[in-house]
Amino acid sequence: MTDLMTAPVGSRGEGVCPPDAVAFTNVRYTWPGPSPFALSVASFALARGEKLLLLGPSGSGKSTFLSLLAGIVAPDRGRIDVLGTDMAELSGAARDRFRVEHFGIIFQMFNLLPYASLVDNVLLPLRFSRTRRDRTLAEGSLDAVAARLLQALGLDRTVIDAVRAASLSVGQQQRVAAARALIGAPQIIVADEPTSALDRNTEGAFLKLLFAQSTAAGASVIMVSHDEGLATYFDRVVRLDDIAVATRGARR
Amino acid sequence: MMIVRLALQSLFNRWVTALLTVLAIAFSVMLLLGVEKVRTGARQSFADTISGTDLIVGARSGSLNLLLYSVFRIGNATNNVTWKSYQDIAKRPEVSWIVPLSLGDSHHGFRVLGTNTDYFTHYKFRHGQSMQFASGGPFADLFDAVIGADVATALGYKVGDKIIVAHGVGSISFIKHEDKPFRVSGILEKTGTPVDRTVHVSLKAIEAIHIDWQNGAPIPGQSISADEVRKMDLTPTAITAAMVGLKSKLATFKIQRAINNYQEEPLSAIMPGVALQELWGLISTAETALSAVSAMVVVTALLGMVTMILTTLNERRREMAILRSVGATPATVLGLLAAEGGLLTLAGVIAGTIFLYAGLYLARPYIDHTYGLSLAIDPPRADEWIKLAMIVAAGFIAGLLPAIRAYRLSLADGMTVRT
Repeated sequence: MTDLMTAPVGSRGEGVCPPDAVAFTNVRYTWPGPSPFALSVASFALARGEKLLLLGPSGSGKSTFLSLLAGIVAPDRGRIDVLGTDMAELSGAARDRFRVEHFGIIFQMFNLLPYASLVDNVLLPLRFSRTRRDRTLAEGSLDAVAARLLQALGLDRTVIDAVRAASLSVGQQQRVAAARALIGAPQIIVADEPTSALDRNTEGAFLKLLFAQSTAAGASVIMVSHDEGLATYFDRVVRLDDIAVATRGARR
Repeated sequence: MMIVRLALQSLFNRWVTALLTVLAIAFSVMLLLGVEKVRTGARQSFADTISGTDLIVGARSGSLNLLLYSVFRIGNATNNVTWKSYQDIAKRPEVSWIVPLSLGDSHHGFRVLGTNTDYFTHYKFRHGQSMQFASGGPFADLFDAVIGADVATALGYKVGDKIIVAHGVGSISFIKHEDKPFRVSGILEKTGTPVDRTVHVSLKAIEAIHIDWQNGAPIPGQSISADEVRKMDLTPTAITAAMVGLKSKLATFKIQRAINNYQEEPLSAIMPGVALQELWGLISTAETALSAVSAMVVVTALLGMVTMILTTLNERRREMAILRSVGATPATVLGLLAAEGGLLTLAGVIAGTIFLYAGLYLARPYIDHTYGLSLAIDPPRADEWIKLAMIVAAGFIAGLLPAIRAYRLSLADGMTVRT
C-alpha cells in the first residue's frame, strides 16, 4: 500500500498549469461485450473552480462519460487532459492513483460501506492518497477533520458518533458521501445524480452545502443529472447531446 | 491498516455465515488430523505392546489371529497347546526363556491371564521397558492375583482385596468361580498396553479353579473346596499360547520352522513384528479410504466457503465500486476478496486444530480405557504442518474464484453502482 501513496502522481502537468481542469479532445470509447455501447466526445472543457451541470436523459451515456473522466476506463482514442495530465496515456493502476489524488466522487446512491462508521467512510480516500492525507493532517487529526466536515455538511455530532452508515437516511448518506469526496481537497468533484433520491428542499440544501465546501477548497464541480430544474445552482449547463454522440448496438 | 480493518468489518457484518463457514472448515480439518492421529496412535500402540519376544507359539491358526489373542487379548484361541508340547519347546537348546499364557476367564470384563512369574521379567514393551510393580509383588500363593493399572483404577482395588474370577470372557458372566476367591498380591504400573487391562494369576490357579469343571461347566454334585485343591497335582494339561525368547536371533527361523513342523500336534510360531506388518497391510486400504474421505470433507468445506463468498458478491459490488472510486486498483479489490477466503480458511484451520487437541485431551481417557489406544497429544508433525499449510493455500486460491468474478464485475460496472 505504501508504494501507492509515495509514488509521484500527476507530476508531469503541475508546472504547466493549464487554464482548464478537464479537456476532452476527440475521445471515443466502446464498452466491451456482446451489445457494445459507444460514446464519442469531440470537445469538452471544464474550467478550474467551475460548477458545471451536465444534462442528459437516462441512457445518453452519462455514466460512460463519468467513467472516462474519472479514469475508470481508458478511451480507445483521443485525449482526456485532467489538470494537465493525459489520462489516456496512464496505465490502469496509475489512473487509479490519479483518480484518488485529484477526484472526489459522489454516486447516485449506495455511496457508503454499510458496516463502517461514518468517519471511516469519510476517511476512505486518504488510505489511497498521501497528498490528500497530508492536506487533511495539516488541518488537524483525521477524525477531527472528518467530523468537522460532516458537521459543516449539516450532520449532528450525535449522529456522527453514534450511527453506522447503514442506518442513515438517504439525505444523510449523501452528505457523508459529499464529505468523503471533499476531504483532502481534491481539485475535481464528480457527482452522478447525487440528489435524485432527495426531495426538492433537501436537494437545494445539499447542493448549497456542497458548493460552499467545494468553493472553500477551490475545487471544480461537475455533476450529471436529467433534472433541468437544478440549473440555477450552477455556473454553466451543458447538454450531453451537444458535446457527445452515443451509438448503440453496432460495433465498428 | 484501514483496508484490513474494513475487510474484517465486512466479514463481521456477515458474521453468521462467516462463522458457519469457519466451523465447517474447522470440523473438516479436525477430521483430517484426527484420522491421522488415530492411525498413528493405533500403530504406535500396537507396535509398543510387545518387545523382546522372538516367537509366539500357539495352536495352528493364522498368524494375525494368534498375535491378536495372545498379545492384544482380542478374539479367542481356536485351540490349545498341550503341556507336553510346551515342555518340548522349552527343552530346546536355542530357547533362552519361555513363558506360558493361559486365557479364557475374566473378571468384570477384564481378561484373566494364567502364567508364571517369569512373565513379569520377560514380557517387555515400548523398546524393551520392563513391567514395574506400583504396589505389592508377584503372586506367591496359589490364589494370588496381580492386576494391571487400569483394572485397579476402574474397580478401585488395592493390595489384599478379594476378587472373584468369572468363567468366559464377556463383560457380564453368569458362571463364576465363586468358591475360589483370589487375593490381589500386586498392582502393576501403567504400561499403555493390554497388560493394564489384565488380571494375572498363576497357571496352577487356572488349573485349580477348573479342577471340578468339565467342558466349560461345573460338574454337578462334585465340588472341591479351595483348601482341598491345594493338596492336588495342579500341573496344567494345556495352555493357550507361549512367548519364546531365543539365545540368538539367528535361530529364529530355524525354531519357527521346527515348531510349525512339529509332529505331535499342529502348532504355529509367529514373529510378532512380521505379524504386525501383516496387520498394517490388511488395514492400510481402510486407512487410505479414511484419509481420502477426510480430504474430500475438507474440499467440501472449501467449496462451501466459495459458495458463501459468491452469494454475497452482489452486495459486495457496491463495496467494489466505492473502493474503486476512492482509488483502489482492481488488484486491491481482487486481493481483498482472496484475502477473505484465505482468512476464513486460516481461522478454520486454527479452530480445527484447537478443537482436535481439546477433543483429544477430553476423549483420551475414554479411548484409552475402551479401546486400549493411548493417543499421543504431541504437536503436529512436519507432514501435518504441510497439510495445514496446503489447506490455507487452497483457501486463498479458492477465494480467488469469487475474487476474479468480482474483479470482472467491477470492471464492467465502471462508475455505476448497482444494488
